[in-house]
Formats: sequence, C-alpha cells, structure tokens
Amino acid sequence: MKSGWWKGLVVPVIVILLAEVAMRVEGSTSLSLAAPSDIAVALLRSIADTSLLAATRDTLIAAGAGLALGGLMGLMLGILFGIASTVDRLMEVSVELIRPIPSVAVLPIAMLVFGFGFRMEIAIVAFSCIWPMMILVRSAMAGIEPRLLEVARALRLSTWQRLYTIVLPAALPRIIVAFRLAAAMALVVAVTVEIAVNPLGLGYGILVAQQGLQPATMLAYLVWTGLLGWAVNALLSVAQHRLLGRAATVGVTR
Amino acid sequence: MDAMTTSNAVISFERISLAYGSRAIISDLSLTIRRGEIVCIIGPSGCGKTTALRMAGGLVRPNGGTVRFMGQPLTVPRRDVAVVFQDYGKALLPWRTAASNVSLALEAAGTPRAERADRCYALLAKVGLAGHEHKYPTEMSGGMQQRIQIARCLAQEPSVLLMDEPFGALDAMTRQGLQDEMLALVAETGTTVLFVTHDLEEAVYLGDRVIGLLPRPGRIGIELNVDLPRPRNQLETREMPEFLRLRRALFDFIERAEQ
Repeated sequence: MKSGWWKGLVVPVIVILLAEVAMRVEGSTSLSLAAPSDIAVALLRSIADTSLLAATRDTLIAAGAGLALGGLMGLMLGILFGIASTVDRLMEVSVELIRPIPSVAVLPIAMLVFGFGFRMEIAIVAFSCIWPMMILVRSAMAGIEPRLLEVARALRLSTWQRLYTIVLPAALPRIIVAFRLAAAMALVVAVTVEIAVNPLGLGYGILVAQQGLQPATMLAYLVWTGLLGWAVNALLSVAQHRLLGRAATVGVTR
Repeated sequence: MDAMTTSNAVISFERISLAYGSRAIISDLSLTIRRGEIVCIIGPSGCGKTTALRMAGGLVRPNGGTVRFMGQPLTVPRRDVAVVFQDYGKALLPWRTAASNVSLALEAAGTPRAERADRCYALLAKVGLAGHEHKYPTEMSGGMQQRIQIARCLAQEPSVLLMDEPFGALDAMTRQGLQDEMLALVAETGTTVLFVTHDLEEAVYLGDRVIGLLPRPGRIGIELNVDLPRPRNQLETREMPEFLRLRRALFDFIERAEQ
C-alpha cells in the first residue's frame, strides 16, 4: 500500500466525529438524521438479526441477474453493430429513441408484465444495462487498430477466427471497463426499483425503516448500500487485473 | 511479352489503374515480377508505391486492369503471399508473446496445435530471436519487433514477400543488419520479393531491379537492372562504381519526379 494512504480518511473521520458531537450536544429528535454511533449500532443489529443480509442477498441477485442478462445482450448487440455497419445504420434511429428512456419509466410496463418480485426488477436492471454496454462495446470495436484487421485479411482468417483471435482480445480491456460501468448502474437501478415499488432488497429496507420512523436503521442501510457498491467495484477492479493480466492495460492506456 | 518471361512471372500487373472518385492514384501500370527476383519500388510520396504493393497482396483491387498471381487473377489475399508492414508496432498483437504472434499465421493456416510451438521457435531462431520467445512486443526494440513480423510472414511459407518500407522506421545500424539478414533468408528460400522503400541506396543494395514511379497518377518512370554481384556487402557493394552510378540515376530521377 502506498505510504500516506490514510490521508484520504482524514476528512471522513473528522466529519463523522463532528456529526457525532453535534447530534449529542443538540440531543436531536430528527426523523432523517441519526448520530454515527447510533447508525453503527443499528447496522450491527440489522446484521445480527440477518434482515440486512437477506436484503443484500435479494438486491445482489436482482442486480446480478439483470447485469448478466442486460450485459450479455448489450455485448452481443455491440459486437453485431460493431462488425456489421449495415445493421448499425439500420438500427441507429431505433436505438437512439429507446436508449434515452429512463429505466424507471419502464417500471409500470414491467409491473404489468411481471408483477412484483425478482423478474420485474431483473427486467428493469437488464434494460438499463444493455445501453452502456452496447454503446461502449460498439465503440471498442470501432477503436481496433485497422492494421490488425488488415493482418487478419492478409492471413485469411475466417470471420470466427478474426473475432476471437483479434477483435475480441483487442476490444477486451474496453469491454471490461464497460462491464464495470454497467455493474455500478445495475446496483443503482436495483435499489431505485426497490425503493419505488418492489418489496424486497436493500431499497425496500431503506423505505421500511424510513416509514417506521427509524432514521438510524435507514441510514445504516444507506451506509451499507454504499459499502456494497464500493466492494463490488473493488472486486471487479481486482478481477480485471488478475484475470486479464497484461491485456488489462493494453489498449486502454494507449 | 515473350513465353519465357510469362512462364516465370509470379506476379504481373496488366495495365493496372486505380482511382478514388476523380482522383487517379495509379494509371496504366504494367509490371512483371519473376520467380526469385527482388524488385524494389521507389518514388516520391504520392506515387502510389504502397498502393501498388497492396494490390500485389490482394488487399486493394484495381478499377482497371488485372493483377495476376502465377497466371491466375488475384482478387483476394493469399496465404502464400505475405505482407511485412512498416508499422510493426501496429501489425503485431500486443497481448501475445513473440512466439504466439508467429503462431497466428499457423493458426490461420490450420496447422495442428502440437506442431505450432516447435515451428514458432524455429522461425524465431531463424530471424535471430532465440531466447525471446516469451517476451511481449512492447518489451522489445523496433528491430526485434520487425523480426517478429518477418518470422510471422515466414510462417506463411510464402512464395512472395511483399515488404512495405519494412526498415524505414529503424536506425541505420539495425536497418543494415536486417537488410543482410533478409537477403540471406531470401537467398536460402528462393522467395520472390517486392520491396517498397523511399531509401534509394536501400533499393539498389537489395534489388535485382529498381522501378521508379512518377506521382499523380502513379506510373512507371524509370526501370533499372541492378548488375551487382551477390552476396552483397554493406561496404564493398556500396563502393562499387555501378552502385554509385545507379544511385546517381535514381537520385536524378527522384529530383525530376518531384518537380
């Protein structure tokens, strides 16, 4: 670890201490704020009675399944649009019309089709993950060194060989970056759907605590959700470097 | 064209022309490259020398005329016609090691996996890269990277090597070393070579024939036979009166062509 890594912690620690002192001195009865120590206690209590863990599991299942589904669809569409310029041009208007629709706006339709529960949430997460994945994969394909494609032609690689020996490895670093972006989005959308309508997961936990006038528990869920997002990103970042090794840095940095 | 040259022709351009829109790149170019010959093409920038090479490789198709390989019309690239690109840094797969880059040509040809490693090692040894098989291109010097690309082309077991200013980006010492190695490899295998360069001395030093193209549109302006003994020698060959005469002739040609 770099020396001085702790410097980044100085500000949060001071803010937490100030909040603690302020809440104690004031003797707050706020319904939206709670002292950091109370939040920590609420967090531990929610972990102990497994309600937080169950909610985490549900949110991760929905976000993960949606990410896998939408990410895969986005990947395939991106590859298709990237290599078949005719298809890309044919689909351009349709894609540009559907893409800007906020994922939460398709909630009512998804509810009609799937009702409450995992399937509806997964569908919405998938819908929101398709687009960043598709756009970034398509541009990754367009960013492949033309000379490499010429080498593929000169060697008479088959379409399939060209795809998996040249195109995908060349685009892989950017595809991974696209996937990390989609993963962050998946979590955001999952929690949003839970807060808005779906009675499961962390978002629903936040909502229930808020309506039960328990600001400490509500903020505990919030802190936990933040930690979860951070952990998912850190995990993917480590996986990116472990799995790809050298290829992870090739193409992105240059 | 008499029967002798026709039967020996490996690549022939028959009244080739190429235009992008109204801009003529090459006009009415006829050229025959015979088996085992090293033909160098020189010319000022914009004369279409790289385009001519790409047409010989089937990477570009002319608007008019026919490119023939062994008498047959050439319309798509062939595996036995290998192209060495100038920008070796872009033509190699950066995520693959030297050996793995050479292996790409074998994979394309459908060589069984079990044979690939041995052949890659042998080819890398041939271009002087023994012991560097597991290095990545970015860990190697420009000269070494170009050797990888040459090894990959040799893996295609080509009957024709098309070289597009392959040594243009290298320093003078490395370039001379690679020139001699290339000549030795070609002499050993009897490969036919089409070599594009902007270095007039390089053209005379390597070639059996030097073709000078005129620009806008590209067409043949001069054709010189190089009667210098082989094997060539960086010092002796370059001091021969015939070498100096040819260099002078090409120099004058370029000066006129650029006006």
